[in-house]
Amino acid sequence: MQNTQAPSSTSVLEIRNMTQRFGGLVAVSDFSINLGKNQLYGLIGPNGAGKTTVFNLISGFYQPSQGRIFINGRPTAGLKPHKVTALGVARTFQNIRLWNDMSVLDNIRVAQHGALDYGFLQAVLRTRSYRDCEARIEKEARELLTFFELDQYANELPTNLPYGLQRKLEIVRALSEKPKLLLLDEPAAGLNSVDAIELIRLVKWIHENFDISILLIEHHMDVVMELCSQIKVIDFGQTIAEGDPEEIRNNPAVISAYLGDDTI
Amino acid sequence: MQRYSVQLILIALGGLITYLAYEEAIDLYIISVLMFMGVNIIMSTSLNLVNGNMGEFSCGHAGFMCVGAYVSSVLGVLLFSKNKILAAPLLNPEMAVYFFPFIIIAGGLAAALTGLLVAIPSYRTRGDYLAIITIAANYIIISAIENMNIIGGSRGFMGMKRVVNSMEDVLYLPWMVIWVFVFTIGTVWLLRRYTSSTFGKGVNAICQDEVAAEIMSVNTNKMKTITFMLSSGLAGVAGGLFAYIIGYVNPGSFNILKSTEAMVMVYLGGMGSLSGAVIAAVLFTLLTEGLRFADVLLHYLWFVPDSWHYSQVWKWVIIPLILIILMQFRPEGIMGNRELSDLFPGLKRFYKFK
Amino acid sequence: MSTASLIQNIINALQWGSFYALIALGYTMVYGVLVLINFAHGDIFMIGAYVAFFAATFILSTLGLPGWAALALTIPITMIVTSLVGVSIERIAYRPLRRKGAHRLYVVITALMCGLILENGNLALLGASRKAFPSLISEHVYTIGGVSFTNLKIAVIVTAFICFFILHWIVTKTKVGMAMRAISYDKFAVPLMGIPIDNIIVVTFVLGSSFAALAGLLFAMSYPILEPYMGALIGWKAFIAAVVGGIGDIRGAFIGGFLLGAVEIMVVAFFPSTYRDLIAFTVLLVILSFKPTGLFGIAKTTKI
Repeated sequence: MQNTQAPSSTSVLEIRNMTQRFGGLVAVSDFSINLGKNQLYGLIGPNGAGKTTVFNLISGFYQPSQGRIFINGRPTAGLKPHKVTALGVARTFQNIRLWNDMSVLDNIRVAQHGALDYGFLQAVLRTRSYRDCEARIEKEARELLTFFELDQYANELPTNLPYGLQRKLEIVRALSEKPKLLLLDEPAAGLNSVDAIELIRLVKWIHENFDISILLIEHHMDVVMELCSQIKVIDFGQTIAEGDPEEIRNNPAVISAYLGDDTI
Repeated sequence: MQRYSVQLILIALGGLITYLAYEEAIDLYIISVLMFMGVNIIMSTSLNLVNGNMGEFSCGHAGFMCVGAYVSSVLGVLLFSKNKILAAPLLNPEMAVYFFPFIIIAGGLAAALTGLLVAIPSYRTRGDYLAIITIAANYIIISAIENMNIIGGSRGFMGMKRVVNSMEDVLYLPWMVIWVFVFTIGTVWLLRRYTSSTFGKGVNAICQDEVAAEIMSVNTNKMKTITFMLSSGLAGVAGGLFAYIIGYVNPGSFNILKSTEAMVMVYLGGMGSLSGAVIAAVLFTLLTEGLRFADVLLHYLWFVPDSWHYSQVWKWVIIPLILIILMQFRPEGIMGNRELSDLFPGLKRFYKFK
Repeated sequence: MSTASLIQNIINALQWGSFYALIALGYTMVYGVLVLINFAHGDIFMIGAYVAFFAATFILSTLGLPGWAALALTIPITMIVTSLVGVSIERIAYRPLRRKGAHRLYVVITALMCGLILENGNLALLGASRKAFPSLISEHVYTIGGVSFTNLKIAVIVTAFICFFILHWIVTKTKVGMAMRAISYDKFAVPLMGIPIDNIIVVTFVLGSSFAALAGLLFAMSYPILEPYMGALIGWKAFIAAVVGGIGDIRGAFIGGFLLGAVEIMVVAFFPSTYRDLIAFTVLLVILSFKPTGLFGIAKTTKI
């Protein structure tokens, strides 16, 4: 019944009763979320809880077994990932997925693929639209790199960058697509505490300075507590708690999911 | 001015070769070697797009060459020459001189359409499974033509020399030399422009991380389709030229061995390096043709008895052996994945290709 | 089609498929362990047939032994000599490249080159004249209810099945087989567990090459004309069979081989024989479009 309603016009991301099964395994069960403009929403849960699956479903890499996803009020059912991206979603990956044989600048440029105003013929004939578009992309990419203080690495290969900067570059690459919704999949994973704090500041800063909603997966409770206004906790695909940081902190279901049941 | 030097050099080179061929100042054999070099450059650079830039493993490139060769041969012969199928030519043979490039391009387009045979399965599968599909496509194409008796079946198809002759009757120029040169330069130019655009770099993104490419807004299926069709279309162009140079085609000459030659050139040059593919094609042509003279050269050595003769059969033992040894020393090919301009940044001043 | 001719075709398909299956086993084993398409494998089959030819001729004419004794000696000689060829290729051409960490496809190209050397080296050394394989056992034709088969055909089919079961036993039950499966699962962890990876690879090549040798011997006995390029087409086809079965899986390779054999025999039964390759490859293409990783292959899920 709920599924037939029109999507809310103010929400950037709306998921209704989404379920995903892999064979017999229910990876995500009856997941619903509503993300307003400029919201920073945290998605937490123990390993294997289905957090990344939620991201894969949102970005169109999987099609949900049940339920519907709306991005900026538009359903994503049946869309391939690049079409979903075109609706205004960008994401990062838990294991960094940069194109390692391309320069940092090219990594940003190729991410503009969906926004190219030209096609094969114009590229080969080097028409005016091609030249204008390439010039614009290059300019914007360089500006963005300068903005995030990565400009000195523009011609480096991503593999030559320190790990923390690779994480940062991946976020910048996602931002370069001018998304309305940014999905960050454990941005601080694998970083030492200094770099992690830096990255958290970066996320906060992006949230304050860009007109963007962020859905953040993070392992560390403290990080999420500090950043997010709203938090959702899932375990074994089930939503076990939802609310502001204070509510989550005191929720017994969350405590038992993270620390285990104390009833022996 | 300086940045146009490459263009000027190419025009001068093309003019020089044409002039020498026109004056018959160089041996016909050398001219044919130069033409095969052009065909090989088209083959290796176009395969490099798929195997190097996109990171797929296409083993059936000769199949597309075969389609191009047959389509442009049959079209040219039907239109401009007496033939067994329709007896009289459809058009005045004098028109051949104007239509020749379009015939070659038509062969290329037909081959590009055949490329869909590989492009569509590539949406769902990649790597070794796709390699098999390309091999199967190669066999299917050859086998299909072998069963088309109207165009000669496995006996082959000829009559292209008459088309070339009627072109020369209109205006005496070494037409084949000119067109091979034009299409070779055109291919490299096309590929260079494609791969250096942001659009074309999507191909490299697919090679390095297909999932990231798709999620980062690259329409991977569209890119794969374009890339496979472009690559096979250019192979078709090479096939058309090859058919008109030799004047005779038969399906057997486009078997897996021909595909292997193309692959060898790509990997010899270095995967993903356009200039590497060109250099490798030149070297490979020189090597295969050079071995024809091995007998003469060997007899300069004092210990080779006069009665002993080098047999051409050894050619295909020596070439693979050389390649195996080369790969032991340079397992990434001549150029790796770099271009000439990466090795010699100074060269960038001399051309404006971007 | 009558029942008799159907059974006749099935027997023919089993015999023809046995060759593909035996060769495909070698492809799939090497692929499973090294993720290498060993394109020289078809020519290993050819080498097997030639080694068998020389061994059998020598034993028959020089030693003057009877046919059954010659066969009994030829089988082990062929398998050993051919395995030596297979292992030498691995040692000389593939292993150094692997050690240098060359891109996988360079090793594949090297394999292609090795195949060319074997084919053309054979042509250069022995000439283009075809060799007639001596008959080692007298062929009996049995006819039961309109279905005729020879003792050789039955021997080919039985050998293929025995080989499969031996290989299956080795892979599932022995220590070496376990190591093979471990390598195909995670080749970085295996040396850390103290498993000598190079020895396992050699064993793989020995097994694969000796099966190809056996196929070569049986092929030469069934179709006693040898020529240097005999392994090329059959090798490519066996590889395709291995992939259709799901490369890396020995069951898949075995069934893929028989499937290809069956398709080819059925095509020849209904169409002119020139359509054999066309239709057989088209069928395989269709199978692969519906099951992109082959019949038994497991779709590798991309983890993100």
